[in-house]
Amino acid sequence: MNFKLKIWRQDNAQAAGKLVDYEVENISADTSFLEMLDQLNETLILRGENPISFDYDCREGICGQCCLFINGRAHGPLAHTSTCQLHMRSFRESETIYVEPFRAGPFPVKKDLKIDRKPLDEIIASGGYVSVNTGQAPEANATLIDSDTVEQAFDAASCIGCGACVAACKNGSAALFTAAKISHLFRLPQGKIEHKQRVKNMVKTMDKLGFGACSNTGACEVECPQGISISHIALMNREYFKKSP
Amino acid sequence: MYFTTDTATSPNAKIPEGDLKDKWSNFKDQARLISPGNRQKYHILVVGTGLSGASAAASLAELGYQVSTFCFQDSPRRAHSVAAQGGVNAMKNYKNDGDSIYRMFYDTLKGGDFRAREANVYRLAECSSHLIDQAVAQGVPFAREYSGYLANRSFGGVQVSRTFYARGQTGQQLLLGAYQAMMRQVHLGKIRSYTRHEMLDLVTENGLARGIIVRNMDTGAISRHAADAVVLATGGFGKIFYLSTLAMGCNGSAIWRAHKKGAWAACPSWTQIHPTCLPQAGNYQSKLTLMSESLRNDGRIWVPRNKNENRKAVEVPEEDRDYYLERKYPSYGNLAPRDIASRAAKERIDAGYGVGPLKNAVYLDFKDAISKHGKGTIVKRYGNLFNMYEKITGINAYEQPMMISPAAHFSMGGLWVDYELSTNIPGLYAIGEANFSDHGANRLGANSLLQACVDGYYILPQTLPQFLAQQGKANQPDSDSEAFFLAEQQVRSRLEGLCAINGNKTADHFHRELGKILYDKCGLSRSAKGLTAAIEAIRMLKKTFYEELKIPSVLNGINEELEKAGRVADYLEISELMCVDALSREESCGAHFREEYQTPDGEARRNDSEYSYISCWKNSGDIPVLIREPLHFEFTKPTERSYK
Ligand SMILES: Cc1cc2nc3c(=O)[nH]c(=O)nc-3n(C[C@H](O)[C@H](O)[C@H](O)COP(=O)(O)OP(=O)(O)OC[C@H]3O[C@@H](n4cnc5c(N)ncnc54)[C@H](O)[C@@H]3O)c2cc1C
Repeated sequence: MNFKLKIWRQDNAQAAGKLVDYEVENISADTSFLEMLDQLNETLILRGENPISFDYDCREGICGQCCLFINGRAHGPLAHTSTCQLHMRSFRESETIYVEPFRAGPFPVKKDLKIDRKPLDEIIASGGYVSVNTGQAPEANATLIDSDTVEQAFDAASCIGCGACVAACKNGSAALFTAAKISHLFRLPQGKIEHKQRVKNMVKTMDKLGFGACSNTGACEVECPQGISISHIALMNREYFKKSP
Repeated sequence: MYFTTDTATSPNAKIPEGDLKDKWSNFKDQARLISPGNRQKYHILVVGTGLSGASAAASLAELGYQVSTFCFQDSPRRAHSVAAQGGVNAMKNYKNDGDSIYRMFYDTLKGGDFRAREANVYRLAECSSHLIDQAVAQGVPFAREYSGYLANRSFGGVQVSRTFYARGQTGQQLLLGAYQAMMRQVHLGKIRSYTRHEMLDLVTENGLARGIIVRNMDTGAISRHAADAVVLATGGFGKIFYLSTLAMGCNGSAIWRAHKKGAWAACPSWTQIHPTCLPQAGNYQSKLTLMSESLRNDGRIWVPRNKNENRKAVEVPEEDRDYYLERKYPSYGNLAPRDIASRAAKERIDAGYGVGPLKNAVYLDFKDAISKHGKGTIVKRYGNLFNMYEKITGINAYEQPMMISPAAHFSMGGLWVDYELSTNIPGLYAIGEANFSDHGANRLGANSLLQACVDGYYILPQTLPQFLAQQGKANQPDSDSEAFFLAEQQVRSRLEGLCAINGNKTADHFHRELGKILYDKCGLSRSAKGLTAAIEAIRMLKKTFYEELKIPSVLNGINEELEKAGRVADYLEISELMCVDALSREESCGAHFREEYQTPDGEARRNDSEYSYISCWKNSGDIPVLIREPLHFEFTKPTERSYK
């Protein structure tokens, strides 16, 4: 297959960026999107040009490192699919494809399509855990948890931390990311005790880092590669306001 | 001559005295401690934040030590532990099916073909139970029965159900538990986390590990970090095969740099080739995705009985199918250990019975499981794996069998460590997949998440303080010293050298070529002829690498090609040692299958009288030196490993 690409190029965080045109030819339909970019990069390198920087690591949809905005959508056209699991068979022959970084105020572009997502780690650091030291834990089966509850907690815990929810949101809100962790831990007996403090601290951190407010558009849920539901945001809001004076 | 042997040095594994089941307690009873008030004076560097590194960093920080962590991803949560699907083993005997610490120990030792230390393996089984408690307390959502009790499944190579799992995302959930524990310590100021920092050298002084040289991958800045101890938790180097189940950035550079500074490498050629991966489909493919081994609980593996079968899989009648694992290994069948299952697949594929467009795969069929348990049950058990399979291949595996083939997956070899997880360089520790320790010549499924966690949560926090207590604070490491200065100079000139070659081939080109050589000659089966040819081919490739590599000449700033080139440069050296290691071991054991040493029916023939040792390799700057650590079996009797 052949494609025309319009790819965001930006030298560094300070530089202005722009879309640059490229063409790729003879790409097999079973090639993944990132492997298509690998091939383009090999040509650029051999021509002495600077290859396109983009993020990736596991290439199996679980590390959350890859993050391309393709034709105006976080992770491209398929639902519940991260960029690395997208294949060229999902595009039309000779299609023009726009490739941009995930954009949000708190995610500055480092170079080309690579962004800085440290703020997501900071949100977790502010309370996204159970405060249990190594060695303290009681026998695992001492607390029974019904399997439905575990499944619900799992739905939230499956977040891969890619930031698509933030990029998809017109407000640049990290509400889905934050709520997923709050909800995961809230649903389990082990996480309940610290719950109030956790909600307060994580929401405060999220706001402090410059993420926008949630206005319930639901775009995050649509673009989330793990299909995490916005109902977790409702839970976060409810618990947050329960606590506030 | 590819290596020399040093018989004068005998490695001290520091196995504690006593009966097998008392050794770890005896160690803990006698270990020297550091008082709580003094711990903050000690600084420990943990390179790698996968399960082993994150759990070690969190646990050490909880104890009160100052910790710095390093990883190359942009967040500790992305380490490749995240990709483990199937599960984690632990001896809880929740199923009342006859499990015990001894049985788990024995299964692991036997699975590894009696090429691991009894004491280490026993400790792994002994500490396993508590890991599940810890993970549950952190909020890891392990699968549960309807009753609310934890659920188990079984994995290859064992006859009990001791595998705990969290859907097909066990590694992700365990890693998030460890990552969150680590981030809690970051928040408390006990850990400094350096992400996007790659370790490029180890600094030693007077035979002690004193620190590391790292490169900030965003700015290109090179910096020195001095500390009281260095822990390498940098994972496996199976990516050396280019096509593998590992992440793109996985590498062997950290341990190789340590090796060049004097740390011994142990059995580097022992690589697990996983039987259930997606087959290669094209030339530009960058990785082979693993389909969890748990699929073998319900899937049946077969190839057509006839070489020229051209019917679709679903149209091939039972009598024309060869369920070769069930045929050859009736008691374990589709759950035969990985090395055996992979080799059996390769044997069928090489004999011309492979399926798929490139004839490089075998079928994994769920037809019978679906008719027995109903599609609903299979969806519940493996739904996400079937979805993943469809996403990648476009094939619906509820209707047609999956196609799978073997791929490089796990490094049993790594840095040599003693019982305390210390390398032979005092102050340098290696944990998780980066070390050689508990898995012998073949790792059992779901044992390595366990090993990474047990190393990090339970062992290192007990053993490393012992070293700190002996050292005291008299001899402070200083990053302004001559040793740091020289190490930094060397790193800089190596990077500049790579940029200056300015040839006409990319780093990936060399990596792909190397992968082909290794997979062919130092993969599922090896021979003296193949290995010597591989060594020559690797030397040639290395020569052309330094003449024809082309990468952008950017030192200050993001340069992925420079990162790749540095890793490939190290791979070119590691691979040679792998071949030498495989050549030196004139027996077959576990994943190491030497064609010259097999039984008449094609099974591995171990040679206990001559090769019951761990091969430790010392870097001499020239020809590698082999040092042997003999294995003593005091509590078990090595038997022939039969899964028939
Ligand atoms: C696809 C797949 C599935 C698996 N499934 C299972 C399973 O079901 N059950 C099981 O028990 N095991 C499984 N394994 C094996 C298991 O996941 C690994 O052995 C284990 O997670 C390794 O953990 P680790 O902490 O040693 O390394 P990793 O998690 O790989 O972490 C390595 C860390 O080192 C860092 N690093 C590496 N090099 C450098 C450097 N030079 N400088 C700085 N940082 C560096 C990385 O950034 C990362 O943080 C699987 C493995 C794979 C690949």
